[in-house]
Amino acid sequence: MAATGEPILEVRDLVKHFPLNQGIIMRKQIGAIKAVDGVSFDLRRGETLGIVGESGCGKSTLAKLLMALERPTSGSVKINGREIAQARGGELKRVRRNIQMVMQDPYTSLNPRMTVGDIIGEPYEIHQEVAPKGDRRRKVQELLEVVGLNPDHINRYPHQFSGGQRQRIGIARGLALQPEIIVCDEPVSALDVSIQAQVINLLERLQNEFDLAYIFIAHDLSVVRHISDRVGVMYLGKMVELGKDTEIYDRPAHPYTQALLSAVPVPDPDGRERRERIILQGDPPSPANPPSGCRFRTRCWKAQEICAEQEPLLQIRPGTAHASACHFAETHDVVHV
Amino acid sequence: MSDTLAPAARRARHGKPARPPKPPRAASLWSDAWHDLRRRPLFISSAVLIGIFLIMSVFPWLFTSVDPFDAASCQLADARKGMSGAHWFGTDNLGCDVYARTIYGARNSIVVGVTTTVVTALVGGLLGLVAGFKGGAVDTLFSRVTEIFFAIPSILGALLILAVFRTGNVWTVMLALAVLTWPMTFRIMRAAVITAKSQDYVVAARALGASAPRLMFRHILPNAIAPVIVVATINLGGFIAAEAGLSFLGVGLRSPDISWGLMISDARERFLEAPGPLLFPALFLSLTVLAFIMLGDAVRDALDPKLR
Repeated sequence: MAATGEPILEVRDLVKHFPLNQGIIMRKQIGAIKAVDGVSFDLRRGETLGIVGESGCGKSTLAKLLMALERPTSGSVKINGREIAQARGGELKRVRRNIQMVMQDPYTSLNPRMTVGDIIGEPYEIHQEVAPKGDRRRKVQELLEVVGLNPDHINRYPHQFSGGQRQRIGIARGLALQPEIIVCDEPVSALDVSIQAQVINLLERLQNEFDLAYIFIAHDLSVVRHISDRVGVMYLGKMVELGKDTEIYDRPAHPYTQALLSAVPVPDPDGRERRERIILQGDPPSPANPPSGCRFRTRCWKAQEICAEQEPLLQIRPGTAHASACHFAETHDVVHV
Repeated sequence: MSDTLAPAARRARHGKPARPPKPPRAASLWSDAWHDLRRRPLFISSAVLIGIFLIMSVFPWLFTSVDPFDAASCQLADARKGMSGAHWFGTDNLGCDVYARTIYGARNSIVVGVTTTVVTALVGGLLGLVAGFKGGAVDTLFSRVTEIFFAIPSILGALLILAVFRTGNVWTVMLALAVLTWPMTFRIMRAAVITAKSQDYVVAARALGASAPRLMFRHILPNAIAPVIVVATINLGGFIAAEAGLSFLGVGLRSPDISWGLMISDARERFLEAPGPLLFPALFLSLTVLAFIMLGDAVRDALDPKLR
């Protein structure tokens, strides 16, 4: 899983605002949902970047922006140096061969009226240059074998498979074009715990086999820790902390990350009562009207006047080895206390 | 657990030697649906009925030697006779053979019903697909246009259209019915497309780089067509009935044309004296409508792999 070489995915100042309109005939914009508001990161070949954060923090919008399913308001997404955010037509189609997606819900992400062979073979029909016509069926069967399904089941329909098997079909579809990057948007959160482990292990095996880079979006912190090389923490459309998995989990610097980690269930009952729990007050503010300065200040116990006046940038701060966006960043191990 | 085992390992566990891979038949939605349909009693019986009615409408002389368009075939002296060897279904007010007229009436009734259904399904379905898929201004434009059509009372509208043409034949009746009813198909299709469009598998296909026609015809249409098929088959009966209604009002088909609707309205006044001239065409009409509804049901089920 060693990440090597230069970045294959570069994201710079990515912004997505969804306009809020009022009126039926005289439409006018009265505001915007700031779903993603200035996110930057790199992804290297063979690396896994985990993205965590609570519901509504912009994780899934980020995934859609990376896949060019949504157009960013501003900012850039470059895959191997080629801009995807503004690409159109044939150029966009070419770039898409390099970035594919595994979706969250295996029950809705497969067309119920297509056979498994048609679903996994569709990438070849869209990108005809990847595989000659006579070869496609064999390739689909190889893919089924790669993801641990019976190649003889090529004529079956999605409803004849279990949730875990369906997710494998979704993964096979993502692999068909041999992309370098796969965006996994909560790929296991709809599955049983025992099946989650199988799918995660499959993803890890495929990463080693095909040298894939993953963007792994999840809200389950232990799953993210298991698979990720680096982890980014998002809050209200912004990346608040970004670092190696050990740095984030053992030496979190941002108060939000610390609060998030303190909420992870601990399997060992010994000492569970004594460990530190940080309980945040209130709900996340509306992304249509985020607080000034630091977006976390309304729920932060460290907040002072500077937090309302000056927005903390995501950068390496004194006393920490990785980037965090807090004026009062300070490493504090909440998991192993 | 079984989904983690490689197929080779699974075969080995059952002690069977790994057999050489046999190339399986390529499956698709429509070929599977056809395979499935051929074994459905509902489909077979409705297809046989529809087949008979279609043959009847194309080659009516295969069923009867009497030519009802020949004035000599009607004997006023035989008017309103009951069933007999010479006149299987009896005779009507003018002494014409009801059986021959019923057979010859199939053509106009079925042509009006089937063509109107096909035209409304194609026009309404295609416009609904485009409006639902594109959304925005296209959708607004089409939707407002259909609302104008909905505001026209259908009988009044049909009277007006047919009055403009001045002739009542199969094609003008078809046109009048189609113009007034396509908005219903449009609305059903549009709603189904909007539901299907936001499904994850459509998003996944977009992420693969699928073109708009591929998204519309391969992913959205098969998942949105079921309600249109059901409504179209139900409407088919309605169109045959509407043709009868317009003929009764004197703006649809006119004598000497023969249609089930005309026969029913002609026989209406003397129904208690001689029920045959009304009941037999009504029976054929009901059977045709039933056959098409059963066909629609069978096709809808066959297109849903979950019911297979």
